[in-house]
Amino acid sequence: MKSAVLVFPGINRERDMARTLTLISGVAPAMVWHAETALPAGTDLVVIPGGFSYGDYLRCGAIAARAPIMDAVRAHAQKGGLVLAICNGFQIACEAGLLPGVLMRNARLKFLCKDVYLRVERSDTPFSRGYNAGQVIRVPTAHGEGNYVADAGTIARLEGEGRVLYRYVAPDGALDPAWNVNGSTNAIAGILNARGNVLGMMPHPENHVEAAMGCTDGRGLFAGLVEHVARAA
Amino acid sequence: MKARVTVTLKSGILDPQGKAIEGALKSLGVEGVASVRQGKVFDIEFAGADKARAEAALKDAAEKLLANTVIENYRVEVTG
Repeated sequence: MKSAVLVFPGINRERDMARTLTLISGVAPAMVWHAETALPAGTDLVVIPGGFSYGDYLRCGAIAARAPIMDAVRAHAQKGGLVLAICNGFQIACEAGLLPGVLMRNARLKFLCKDVYLRVERSDTPFSRGYNAGQVIRVPTAHGEGNYVADAGTIARLEGEGRVLYRYVAPDGALDPAWNVNGSTNAIAGILNARGNVLGMMPHPENHVEAAMGCTDGRGLFAGLVEHVARAA
Repeated sequence: MKARVTVTLKSGILDPQGKAIEGALKSLGVEGVASVRQGKVFDIEFAGADKARAEAALKDAAEKLLANTVIENYRVEVTG
């Protein structure tokens, strides 16, 4: 799997992501600067990593979403190429129109830096084939604006089309407002675009992939992507 | 020319920052505050003297960047 990690000023999770991609796919990703206008030829997966692009000025992700490289990312997605957008990347993807909705300030106004539990709603997508449907995984989260909001029609469409892939739940997998850490609509932690080749999620699966991290629940997401690309080839 | 673009949250969108400010105003004893919604103001110096062109350009700016129209409304005023 050939992957490319976008780098914007103020991003700070790109090296974690590169390390995880190298560990699990066996191939180091290309690091692609925001001012570039093209992705490396043959890129299977584009990752928009987490951080604080442009200091979260204006709105989180708003300025990065208008960077030159984003036209190439939109073209990649339109051709069916995979895009994984994590944390600030999710905010950027929403602002860039790759995904619907918006990430607002956490409902309880606090920056959250803690592990959360996610329920994998489907296993038949490139971003979840490494898991079983209904499985609960523990992954770190670190954000101040992760409260997913969209109009009622969009939420109904996301739910009706099975595009809510990850949801904040209690450790036993039950929906519980106390475990919906940022107050997201329907406890949404991760969504797919209509075609199913773009995933945006707030938590950081790339930070739970090695025993030394205390948990390896994030591996499935990346291992699933590698398997998906290998089978498609 | 001077212009101002005001961006406000659409009604029905939860505004936790506005709520926190509302709570703080009430705890300060400021009377009569029923609710607070927080927004943004952009003061922009516009080159040239064509008011209609300035309005069109600022509307474009608001649509493309200054506002996220999923959750926000905007208003453009060219004050001259």
